[in-house]
Amino acid sequence: MATLTEVPLSKSKREVIDQAVIRFAGDSGDGMQITGNQFTSTVALYGNDLATFPDYPAEIRAPAGTLPGVSGYQIQFASGDVFTPGDAVDVLIAMNPAALKVNVADLKANGILIVNSNSFEANDLRKAQMTSNPLEDHSLDKFRVFAVELQRLTRAALQHLGLDAKSMDRCKNFFALGMCYWLYNRSTDATTRWIEEKFKSKPLLVQANKLALQAGYSYCEATEAFQVSYEIPPAQLSPGFYRNISGNQALALGFITAAQKAGLMLFQGSYPITPASDILHELSGYKNYGVMTFQAEDEIAAMASTIGAAYSGALAITTTSGPGMALKTEAMGLAIAVELPMVICDIQRGGPSTGLPTKTEQADLLQALFGRNSEAPIPVLAAATPGDCFWMAFEASRIALKYMVPVILLSDGYLANGAEPWRIPDISEIPDIPVHFERNPDGFQPYRRDPQTLSRPWAIPGTPGLEHRVGGLEKQDVTGNINYEPLNHEKMVRIRAAKVEAITQDVPDVVPAGDPDGDLLIVAWGSTYGAITAALKTQRAKGQRIGHVHLRYLNPLPKNLGEVLKRYKKVVVPELNMGQLLWVLRAKYLVDAMGVNKIQGQPFKQAELEQKFEEMASA
Amino acid sequence: MTTATLPTLTRKDFQTDQEVRWCPGCGDYAILAAVQSVFPELGIPRENFVVVSGIGCSSRFPYYMNTFGFHTIHGRAPAVATGIKAIRPDLEVWVATGDGDALAIGGNHTIHMLRRNVGIKVLLFNNRIYGLTKGQYSPTSEFAKKTKSTPFGSPDRPFNPVSLAIGAEATFVARSVDVFQQHLKVTLKQAAAHKGSAFVEILQNCNIFNDHAWESLTEKEARSEHVIELEHGKPLIFGKNHDKGIRRKSDGDIEVVPLGNGIGEKDLVVHDAHHPRPSYAFLLSHMEHRPGFPTPIGLFRAWDDLPRYEDVMNAQIADVVAKRGKGDLGKLLRAGDTWEVK
Repeated sequence: MATLTEVPLSKSKREVIDQAVIRFAGDSGDGMQITGNQFTSTVALYGNDLATFPDYPAEIRAPAGTLPGVSGYQIQFASGDVFTPGDAVDVLIAMNPAALKVNVADLKANGILIVNSNSFEANDLRKAQMTSNPLEDHSLDKFRVFAVELQRLTRAALQHLGLDAKSMDRCKNFFALGMCYWLYNRSTDATTRWIEEKFKSKPLLVQANKLALQAGYSYCEATEAFQVSYEIPPAQLSPGFYRNISGNQALALGFITAAQKAGLMLFQGSYPITPASDILHELSGYKNYGVMTFQAEDEIAAMASTIGAAYSGALAITTTSGPGMALKTEAMGLAIAVELPMVICDIQRGGPSTGLPTKTEQADLLQALFGRNSEAPIPVLAAATPGDCFWMAFEASRIALKYMVPVILLSDGYLANGAEPWRIPDISEIPDIPVHFERNPDGFQPYRRDPQTLSRPWAIPGTPGLEHRVGGLEKQDVTGNINYEPLNHEKMVRIRAAKVEAITQDVPDVVPAGDPDGDLLIVAWGSTYGAITAALKTQRAKGQRIGHVHLRYLNPLPKNLGEVLKRYKKVVVPELNMGQLLWVLRAKYLVDAMGVNKIQGQPFKQAELEQKFEEMASA
Repeated sequence: MTTATLPTLTRKDFQTDQEVRWCPGCGDYAILAAVQSVFPELGIPRENFVVVSGIGCSSRFPYYMNTFGFHTIHGRAPAVATGIKAIRPDLEVWVATGDGDALAIGGNHTIHMLRRNVGIKVLLFNNRIYGLTKGQYSPTSEFAKKTKSTPFGSPDRPFNPVSLAIGAEATFVARSVDVFQQHLKVTLKQAAAHKGSAFVEILQNCNIFNDHAWESLTEKEARSEHVIELEHGKPLIFGKNHDKGIRRKSDGDIEVVPLGNGIGEKDLVVHDAHHPRPSYAFLLSHMEHRPGFPTPIGLFRAWDDLPRYEDVMNAQIADVVAKRGKGDLGKLLRAGDTWEVK
């Protein structure tokens, strides 16, 4: 990039800064998610650290121009570590008045506001329930407002192509993207390549989108609309190859990796549900990796087919969200009773019932831990970041296969759709997962256990001499025959619990981030990792003695957790729920922990956590 | 496999050491005996049989079959079996289910398994009552039937399981009766020979909660008047003296006609069990609801030209491997735009 600095392309000033937060906002049909993804890929390729937050409505196309139809995509990118998509934004791109109204409160004072001035007619304002035009009524005076005729300029750039007006207007998001690339001194190359690939069967659209992108870039250069452009140098990430990855992509890759490392076929039985469907979309494209995807008739069949595939010797998984988990509940009990290996992924969303399908929440923890009839323990793991989804998918599979148990893996809407740079592991650094199918009929008993893991043999159908029966009725210890004797039942209940508890030997001890002892210990799990890590950094810099334990194993819990809790004066548990991990910790460790709870369908902001940590330390 | 020939199996090889716990006199015993006598004749190694069931009296079936067996949960046997078949198309998977299990709580799985044509054999034991929960009406109970949960009569109209299966375009649909042992065995063998989904309704008595459930069909005197046996290529004739037949009307409907007086076999419908379309079989399945018509048993439909679901699933994988090559994990992880940090 040396040539760029030596020969400035325009006369505007260039400032080197260390981070920025941008939000693209528009109608659900304006292509804001694509625009955000493209910007993300470009800054990722440049080497910045980043975190993203796509936030879109549950309706596919709410009425155009209205407040419920606004779709947003936020990204924070930096030359240093990035833990969250950012609280307040430096640059807001608003494609219409509704997008402006929904998002402007998050724009920093003196922040850059780019609006499509062609969409501020009386009718547009009415749909956004605005009584006056914000471009004229001085309500935006504290921002640097760039009212750009995105629609007219895009049409002007494309008019010679002979496209209809609607098709031309569809390219205006790329005009805006081109402007952002200029503003942050980024090349349009990666997006150009993407356009060429995406529309390769429609050469006219390739041309149109490329022209719109270039027009946006050139517009800034020619008009010198912005007084200043910004340069954010690459981040110092640890050496290796990187790619940008979302949580759902990472889960899919993690499961393929686990299946390959175990030498098994991967079976996914799933029913479409937001925000988990992308895992099914991903995996269904990877059939040549020995992946079989089954779109079942309902959530129950998804779970039941997963059990059938596990019984037959596949690495079997099912992926869903809260309402689907509820439907799978009974079959999960069967999976526990027949002790077969499988992974159940819950990509949590706001509830109860249908709730907030596209918004994030962490309120299925207690459902995962306890949501089945009777004594039905299941190991529960949770991913902390989008990239961590890869490792937790692998780990959940490994534990399922080693202990012959169903395992629940928790993610959420924020991890599922959010993206971050991910260091691609060398496959030789990933261990094999040993799998043993029972073959020996001599003295075979379906419920004879390995003394260390308490796992039972995996005796798949088709193996001569191992014919046996399993099912949901209580079994006799060792033989697996139906048995209703009181003492046998108690023994089996205790064995199933002990087996889950035995997994503790595979759970690493926790080592708190930050201070190893002190005033405050933050205990958390799941997608709050980034915001807490960022807040911790600030608070420690202010002199607070504060540590952070982020649990990836929620059942069983790490064996040293109880001891770590005692090293701090206070224990604080931030969660996007009413206090579910808090409830578990208080019950298990008799610790007077305090909750920080948010139930808005939105992730924690760094600033709100900092304020809470401050208050709680002094409380 | 080093053995070229299969060991000769007998009925005994398919019996388990578990005590059979159905009520004395239950129709399930007869069905178990028929299955245990048919399985050894199929030329399939015992370890390749998987018997899957849901919940209900009939669903205890796997415990009494010395094969691989899976007693799952209420209604879900077809879905579990689909997972088994998808991963292991070579296995011989049979589902034992009942009228409540397959048509009430598991109705969704039943129709979807049939429409997909998964290579599973389904034995639906239809006793028109809930037995294991002690006597409530089922989805096949007659309208106005008085049961424990309907003291003033059932307000539900019943399902006809054969019509339902044909409506879901099942490629094999047959009906037999617990006490017609020979007929039942022949029907089971026909089902076993079918590659795709095979649906067999077995009319079965529950002598505790719904005794005489099918008496009008099974009672010796009544049987020939009320039952018509479907045989491929043969005209549809019934009656004690083979004196009645089924004839097509000009509007496409069917009617019962007495034979004689110029009406002979040539005028009757000749049964075609292998027609690719299900409409004729559906018409047959409905005749029992009409006054004067008999209840058909035997093979309604066996059309085996549709590929099995599990074969389509696995062929698609093989096809993608052939086109793209076997997936390289290292390349997969590095797919798309990547960059190196040194």
